[in-house]
Amino acid sequence: MANKNTVLAIDNLTMKFGGVTAIDDLSLHVDEGEIVALIGPNGAGKTTAFNVITGVYEATSGLVSFDGSPIQKGVTPDKITKLGIARTFQNIRIFGSMTVLENILVAKHMRTKQNVFTATFRLSRAEERRVRREAEELLDDQGLLQMKDETASSLPYGLQRHLEIARALATDPKVILLDEPAAGMNPQETLELAAFVKRIREKHGLTVFIIEHHMDLVMQISDRIYVLDFGKLIANGTPKQIQTNKKVIDAYLGSIEEDELEETADVKS
Amino acid sequence: MNNIKHRRQKRILTIVNAALVLAIFVAVFIAEQVLPQTSMLFVVLKKGSIYALIAVSMNLLNGFTGLFSLGQAGFMLIGAYVYGIFTIPEEFRQSVYQYFDGGLIHFTVPIVIALVMAGAAAAIFAALIGLPVLRLKSDYLAIATLGFAEILRALFQWKIIGPVTNGSNLLRKFPNFNDFNIKNADGQVVLYLSTLVPFIVAGVCILLIVLLIRSSYGRAFRAIRDDEIAAEAMGVNLFKHKQLAFVISSFFAGVGGALLAMYQMAIQANAFTSAMTYEILLIVVIGGLGSVTGSCFGSFLFIAASEWWLRGLDSGAFLGINAPGVFRAGFRKVVFAVIIMAVVLFYRKGIMGDSEFSAKRIAERFRRIFMKRKSKIEAVDSIDN
Repeated sequence: MANKNTVLAIDNLTMKFGGVTAIDDLSLHVDEGEIVALIGPNGAGKTTAFNVITGVYEATSGLVSFDGSPIQKGVTPDKITKLGIARTFQNIRIFGSMTVLENILVAKHMRTKQNVFTATFRLSRAEERRVRREAEELLDDQGLLQMKDETASSLPYGLQRHLEIARALATDPKVILLDEPAAGMNPQETLELAAFVKRIREKHGLTVFIIEHHMDLVMQISDRIYVLDFGKLIANGTPKQIQTNKKVIDAYLGSIEEDELEETADVKS
Repeated sequence: MNNIKHRRQKRILTIVNAALVLAIFVAVFIAEQVLPQTSMLFVVLKKGSIYALIAVSMNLLNGFTGLFSLGQAGFMLIGAYVYGIFTIPEEFRQSVYQYFDGGLIHFTVPIVIALVMAGAAAAIFAALIGLPVLRLKSDYLAIATLGFAEILRALFQWKIIGPVTNGSNLLRKFPNFNDFNIKNADGQVVLYLSTLVPFIVAGVCILLIVLLIRSSYGRAFRAIRDDEIAAEAMGVNLFKHKQLAFVISSFFAGVGGALLAMYQMAIQANAFTSAMTYEILLIVVIGGLGSVTGSCFGSFLFIAASEWWLRGLDSGAFLGINAPGVFRAGFRKVVFAVIIMAVVLFYRKGIMGDSEFSAKRIAERFRRIFMKRKSKIEAVDSIDN
């Protein structure tokens, strides 16, 4: 990669909940334009890491920095989003009672210049029109434009995931954190998602940090992979290196195959 | 092409909506000139419009932002008192504040300014208590706001501040709705406006709330209601927006309180009980959480039922049945409770749910009926073929 600026860095991060150490001395970095994956068994602390980065949790110790400057402790999630870190959620969290278009417009809200008076008295129409146009473009990109006036909760599951990604993109991020975007998707949809993630990276000049269990997807799109197990980083490297790493196979990759065997057994019985 | 058509359609629907609202106002105006002033209809229209405003302001908070607040009566109290204190004409102050030597304040402001001041005072108070209170969630927020409303009720009757609030005595002789009627030199009314004016004031306030709800800020409010964590992750500053909704809602509750003072012609802090808040909550729930038109319908229905239609249940004769033994004081409340239970059981989401009554909705309803008939005809045709 031509540009090797580190966009997101975590240094010696530890996160404890009472006596439980969810993340233990984790350090990693994500460089501009990269797609980096964070993998590991359930309960390894992946989502916790995302929650610390986005300010949902305050780290017990350690530092998260964005674009070279550290993020202060106690900064609320909305401020972090404003810096340029957007996210999606593992269990979908769209605004269910609002329309598809409105979901996107909410994410655009923080970047608008209107205040409550200009908004109420419709004094910022030009801005409102521009924001709407941008939102519709984003929806068009996701193939959601025809459904823009539908209630978001009425969308099928796969489209709700796409809506969540579109909504995250609407915050104009530099880095997007995707938390298991392929969860609940069939193989065909997962394949499309891989192409899609690469496409949004190109189009929006994004850096992607992704948590995912579908190894095909991870191996196919990632530039680098970090592997977490019981809160500790056990490996990092390119997809090839990870696939042949003994520790990773023991802790995680091996177990996946067993899981899949069990799943097929369940289906048969 | 499609877009232009869409926009034109939207404009037509907006015009139809505006025409519907205008028609209501014209009907009120005509009714007021034609019908006798003593008609119960005007009680319902006046009080109903005031309650509609307060219910919509409560809906902004409870239905659209998802903050379960029960402080409405407190904010109404502030509004009512601020209005009363600053509008009692100087010549009446001595008799009103008879125990406090004519009171402390010796100037009056025009009614419109007093209304704005009433709202502003309630809003300022909301901003102050919002700092601690809005950090609480759901039931805790409800209890805290209810507590503040009760504190206010006690505080305003405090003797020490009597020179301003007249203690536990009535505030009265301030301008009321009847002062809007235009009289000729002989003191005879030539044009009745005592119902239309509160209608217009409440209407303008509700329009402002609707404009807010449909703006970028309203979308942020609804996002908070739907999912607080996601809203924050999308860059919505939770505290700022909750505070904003709380302050704006309180502003209009304050204006509503001032209107209620005008309607009642006298105010006393002790009347602003939590039962008043529950009445408004009831209207909001019956109308539908998250529906402005629902709150308006609910308000007029509630007032009409409690003040007019069910009055007979308390006074001996109801629907032509004369049974003073059964229909006596308090029976109305029993029937009312049953009706409310029925509504809550069978219309769980209220009359309107979270949708609005509008030209668009009517048009869609008709289109659906039309489409059904058309598809039926086509089906018959295809069988024929």
